[in-house]
Amino acid sequence: MIVELGHFALILALMVALVQATLPLWGAQRGDARLMALAGPAAGLQLVLVAASFAALTWAFVVSDFSLAVVVSNSHTLKPMLYKVSGVWGNHEGSLLLWVLILAIYGAAVAAFGGGLPARLKARVLAVQGLIGVAFLLFLLLTSNPFWRLALPPLDGQDLNPLLQDPGLAFHPPFLYLGYVGLSMAFSFAVAALIEGRVDAAWGRWVRPWTLAAWVFLTIGIALGSWWAYYELGWGGFWFWDPVENASFMPWLLAAALLHSSIVVEKRESLKAWTILLAIMAFGFSLIGTFIVRSGVITSVHAFANDPERGVFILMILGLFTGGALILFALRAGALEARGVFSLVSRESALVANNILLSVAAFVVFIGTIWPLVGTMLLGRDLSVGEPFFNAAFTPFMVGLALILPVGAMLAWKRGSVERSMRSLIPALVLALALGALGFAMQTGRSALGPVGLALGAWVVFGALTDLWARTGREGVGVRLARMTRLPRADWGKATAHLGLGVTIFAVAAMMAWKLEDIRVVQEGETFPLGAYDVRLDKVEEVAGPNYTSTMATMTVTRGGALVAVLNPEKRIYPVAQMPTTEAAIDYGFLRDIYLVLGDRQQSGGWAVRSYIEPFANWLWAGCILMALGGVLSLTDRRYRVAAGARRMPAGVPAE
Amino acid sequence: MTLFLKRWWAECPSYVLALLLLASPVAAVQPDEMLADPVLEARARDISRDIRCPVCQGETIDDSNAPIARDLRIIIRERLLAGDSDQDVIDYIVARYGEGVLFNPPAEGANLILWLAGPALLLAGIGVAMTAARRWRTMPEAALSTEEEARVREILKE
Repeated sequence: MIVELGHFALILALMVALVQATLPLWGAQRGDARLMALAGPAAGLQLVLVAASFAALTWAFVVSDFSLAVVVSNSHTLKPMLYKVSGVWGNHEGSLLLWVLILAIYGAAVAAFGGGLPARLKARVLAVQGLIGVAFLLFLLLTSNPFWRLALPPLDGQDLNPLLQDPGLAFHPPFLYLGYVGLSMAFSFAVAALIEGRVDAAWGRWVRPWTLAAWVFLTIGIALGSWWAYYELGWGGFWFWDPVENASFMPWLLAAALLHSSIVVEKRESLKAWTILLAIMAFGFSLIGTFIVRSGVITSVHAFANDPERGVFILMILGLFTGGALILFALRAGALEARGVFSLVSRESALVANNILLSVAAFVVFIGTIWPLVGTMLLGRDLSVGEPFFNAAFTPFMVGLALILPVGAMLAWKRGSVERSMRSLIPALVLALALGALGFAMQTGRSALGPVGLALGAWVVFGALTDLWARTGREGVGVRLARMTRLPRADWGKATAHLGLGVTIFAVAAMMAWKLEDIRVVQEGETFPLGAYDVRLDKVEEVAGPNYTSTMATMTVTRGGALVAVLNPEKRIYPVAQMPTTEAAIDYGFLRDIYLVLGDRQQSGGWAVRSYIEPFANWLWAGCILMALGGVLSLTDRRYRVAAGARRMPAGVPAE
Repeated sequence: MTLFLKRWWAECPSYVLALLLLASPVAAVQPDEMLADPVLEARARDISRDIRCPVCQGETIDDSNAPIARDLRIIIRERLLAGDSDQDVIDYIVARYGEGVLFNPPAEGANLILWLAGPALLLAGIGVAMTAARRWRTMPEAALSTEEEARVREILKE
């Protein structure tokens, strides 16, 4: 019964979305306040209905209702509760329901907190949001209905996949979706602004927090996935340039570009048309990502069953929204007149450079991802594109970005002076170069990647700190420190996010350049050297886990005779799922991770052992966390709260 | 096992599946395949990191557990021991398995589009930005509208 109610709520949500997508738009066109006012309650009602539907599906998973096809294929009575719940979105149908739920949450958030928005703009934004809801609800109900019952329910579910039962993976998809769908807000605002033919500073101020939130969620989601891959997959990698990873990376790059260009709109009323275009493209790439992931059109590691029906449907949604918005853009972009004029050397120009580099980088990822498809469909050739291409073609743009970032971030608005920015950055530059030289001196006979990454990362980090310091004026150190604590949160956010980027750049370069790998056969009791450490394989024994059997090694890591860690890498077999897994054992450290993997028993006796020293691995996740934290700090800046409070101002006064 | 995987294939969200396949136990290069000469072994690793495993789509033969990946890794080492250059080894494999095994498509022919797309777009972007900047510079700074001027006066009065 509850399942039927959920199904029914979903169909009702589609009806409400239809109303939300049409009547307010019509009302905004005719200036009918009553029709426009319909948008808010409709968005709220849609949230209630979709949430009810989601709750019904969750309930079905929690009580293991095996009359539902989705539950049968994705759950099992023995699964721990956390993973029963995360199983709701661990499959195609459920994950789309989550997509729609998040869409409804964003819509309702605009309705609830958008009191300061002009009524017309608000109605149009919510209508566009409703239209996206219609498309995805139709997709859900027509091609991927999670509420299909089975005529003959089995006694138990089929799936108890051990690898998926991991906290990192349980929360990875919701964060990614919060990011993907968050970009739909920027899209809705962009389309609404195009319909109005008007973009002003207030519009920029409204779009920026949504984009920022989406970007923060994407950052966390991508980092979670990467971290999971690192500790769970057992070979020490953290990024594979896989189509599905790229699908989340492209929107991240474009969202980063968008949140920078909307600063220019907000502060200088310039770059309006470009910002609108970026907003459309960012959401477009979210849809492309959904298409890549859901259609299986691009074979990747996960060449899962192609589903033409679903793929074509998403392609239609993509065409409708991106195409429609781009046509609207072509018709209306001329009406968006720039007001703030800026010189070639200015903060604005630096942000334009940031935007060009980020967009081109996203495009490189895009063309690399679809090139095999182009090869098959247009050239009739079997082509592959992998890590070597992306490393060579993508990295230069990131290097360029890191080089200009500290200078650009300190340029004055409107007309700046590179010389003046550079003067205050000299200490940062000297420190960065010195660190790079130190790195070069300490490593022997390896590529320049490590030292260059170190110098570049340090340049960005010290640049961010210099920027923050420069904002405190010219008095004594004490005064400046005191003033620093009173700087707006947005300044702290900017510095923190840039600092995080610098740390990430350094960590990526360090892990790629200085990683140490050792593969060998080790006898029990034997000791082998691993960098500065000695590793002894004490014993290997069979251990019974709660729902698996494990071949567990005990390995002692010492350094100069002193104990560093005792690690237990395992090979597990889960009998229910007939699934073998490898559990790497990691000793996390500030400067390095020691990463041990147990392989097969050799015919000659002894065990295959893979060991890695992953330098600065923790810095990578720390960098991502810092970037996300920077975004959150900016979001809590007073200006947004002031803007949110603007609704208390008399009607008719714009937020500016 | 096979049946299980097949069903997974069909049902699993791909981001999970992506990592799931990678997660098969104990990756890749086995100790018994490795060459005693560290220089040759390093060359073999470098080559095998650019070769796609023919049956597993997105994985390099360096990472893959598939039997054919192991065969290819051994072939690479045999060719290197026979004195082939890196390019000879790659050509040898491409001649047998097709260009689809190359993860690093050579920048020639149609692949030039792939390699030059980024730089070309960068130049185009810079060009457009420069043109726009020149146009803006000749444009007079927009004056305040009467509405805004009234507001400014109001603020000044306060």
